[in-house]
Amino acid sequence: MFYQLKNRLLVMLVLVISSGNSYSEINVFACEPEWASLVKTLGGNKVSVFSATTALQDPHHIQARPSLIAKARRADLLACTGAELEVGWLPLLLRKSGNGKIMPDKSGYFMSSDHVTLLEKPKLLDRSQGDVHADGNPHIHLDPHRITQVAKALFNTLSSIDPDNHDYYQKNWMNFKDTWTKAIKKWELQSQSLSGKKIVVNHNSWVYLEDWLNLKRVATLEPKPGIAPSSTHLAQVLSQLKQNQADMILYATYQDSKAVHWLEEKTNIPVVALPFSVSNDETLFQWYEKIINQLMSIK
Amino acid sequence: MRKKFIVAATIAAMSNISPAWSNSDIDALKKQVEALKKDYEQRINSLETRLKKSEEKALLAQQKVDQVADTVEKTKSTSKTGSNNFNPEISVILDGRYADFENDSDDYEIPGFMLGNEAGLGEDGFSIGHTEISLSANIDDQFYGKATLAIHEHDGETETELEEAYVQTMGLGNGLTIKAGRFFSAIGYLNEQHEHSWDFADAPLIYRGLFGNRLRDDGLQVTYVAPTDLFLQVGSELFRGDRFPGGGDHDGVGAWTAFANIGGDIGIEHSWQLGFNHWRQNDVDDRTSDGHSHGGGIAETPSFTGDSKINSLDLVYKWAPNGNPDRRNFKFQFEYFDRREDGNITMLNSGPPEEMSTYDGQQDGWYAQAVYQFKPHWRTGIRYDRLSSNNKGSDYDVLVEAGLDDEGHTPERYSAMLEWLPSEYSRIRLQFNHDDSYKDSDNQLFLQYTFSLGSHGAHQF
Repeated sequence: MFYQLKNRLLVMLVLVISSGNSYSEINVFACEPEWASLVKTLGGNKVSVFSATTALQDPHHIQARPSLIAKARRADLLACTGAELEVGWLPLLLRKSGNGKIMPDKSGYFMSSDHVTLLEKPKLLDRSQGDVHADGNPHIHLDPHRITQVAKALFNTLSSIDPDNHDYYQKNWMNFKDTWTKAIKKWELQSQSLSGKKIVVNHNSWVYLEDWLNLKRVATLEPKPGIAPSSTHLAQVLSQLKQNQADMILYATYQDSKAVHWLEEKTNIPVVALPFSVSNDETLFQWYEKIINQLMSIK
Repeated sequence: MRKKFIVAATIAAMSNISPAWSNSDIDALKKQVEALKKDYEQRINSLETRLKKSEEKALLAQQKVDQVADTVEKTKSTSKTGSNNFNPEISVILDGRYADFENDSDDYEIPGFMLGNEAGLGEDGFSIGHTEISLSANIDDQFYGKATLAIHEHDGETETELEEAYVQTMGLGNGLTIKAGRFFSAIGYLNEQHEHSWDFADAPLIYRGLFGNRLRDDGLQVTYVAPTDLFLQVGSELFRGDRFPGGGDHDGVGAWTAFANIGGDIGIEHSWQLGFNHWRQNDVDDRTSDGHSHGGGIAETPSFTGDSKINSLDLVYKWAPNGNPDRRNFKFQFEYFDRREDGNITMLNSGPPEEMSTYDGQQDGWYAQAVYQFKPHWRTGIRYDRLSSNNKGSDYDVLVEAGLDDEGHTPERYSAMLEWLPSEYSRIRLQFNHDDSYKDSDNQLFLQYTFSLGSHGAHQF
């Protein structure tokens, strides 16, 4: 039985190798859907993009599944967040892939957080502080200005990997820059009334959104990043909110909503469940639009 | 008012007297105006060129500013430490347990299997398990390296062991990876995983029976990942082969393996992996098992010499709602091993004459386990183990003494566990086994803690 199976495997292997997948497109392995979307916008029909996660998955905790190793094996470009967001799975994936193009320090290794300044760089690195990221908070995709910076760097990377299509990428980048800048202005006008609103968050994932829209975070349900809310901590938050009411509670749709809804019941503070990234085939524009509209719907 | 009147009057007067001017006067005036015009034109031209020059200078300055900004950005990005801030990554695993066995753990045996290496139940009562100290890092852009020291108690003595020490290529390309040094063999699913990431406190019976818990050796590994959407990996290893379950000196190259894994996802919630493995060593020389003495004399130790080969199959299936294993997830795994051996069994320190038998060994076994994380921080699991053997030889009594006769018994074991994981770095586990490894059933209870300090790398699928 074993020898038969082995023979079959060998035949499969030979077929696979001889079929010689010679795609002219640039294969991009994006760790999160927001970067997948951005690469699609800038790369157009010159790139083929795979997103390792969806908006419903926690990008901190992904397993180095066989399917992901297979995808990483064929990638020409890696488009991820960095700043230790993927530290639990990406290094292993890279080691298993045997793909020299996307190793650290190679041109195919693109980490978005390398091209922007990060907020909340911890002063103290200690696990008692929870799941802290040494480089700073990695959830940079919630600030559209940082997206612009990342897009520029991504355009440069695409051009250096695929210099033949430099003009094409440049055209897409200029187009994106124009429309994105206009969109930012529109969103900023639209959301002026949000400035100064007090919010309660589940996990510390909204720092850049807070910074952009001038939202005031008054409480966090997780006592420490990545540590689930305890009943004592929740009671503390509750008494604090009774003295100092907040305007809304924010959480990402992939996160556990139990504590959030408990708090909603106790305080009547409206809850906003925001998608943490773009969903299938959505563009970054549509996703930001959705977030702004959801936030604006709370009076 | 008055000023306006005066200006108007002067203009009127001038227009009245102009016809009185001579032609020569007009020519002179014209010349003067033209001279003025030329002068101004020159001045304007020179001003324009100066303006142009300064504009060019400004542009150059702006370009320089941009360049500087770019280099600043670049230095900023290269000064980042990348995937981790510890170089090398240092991690310590603390493991301890309280165990309660109904039977005497020294009586442990698996009829039909010659036990060796670390096979056994471990200590009754309080004990610390493997304390692991591990250092790893990307050495440069081409290599990754890792070393693990394991510290454990053995017969009342603290032993330090170099558990792993290997380097591995990173940027070889084309899906190829080469690993060299001391490492756990890639055959089987559980073998390559660290004990602290196992789902139960003890090894499956078949791992205990064939490998003395795990197969590890010094050597070289080559793996190839095919450029396909379906995960397809093939690999081979060359080993010294002087460690259990091998034995003997073969100029340092005694055993080899071959393995193939395929795997993929079904939709977003299901993923799977299937593996086929082969291990072989011809001319195993003097593989000894735990000795046992008769009435305080010198221990008689069974020793195997001959050819040995193992075939195995492993299957893993995982499920997570929306592909997000954070809150709830499920894992099923199954492994089957089959070993065939052909050679002789000698009882060392017996006789004279030394007791000996030909040996034709057939041993196989499997386990299946399912683990369910039913809410954050809580997991529960069950496992079933079953072994069988059909070993033949010229001298039945020698096989019996060597523990290779199955005594008409089918070794099996039922296990159940409950885990509490306060964070991803800590775990407390309660496990219960109903163990029929040998004729006297044993009920076993484990209360185990496992903590991980320092930087902790990713776990395998």
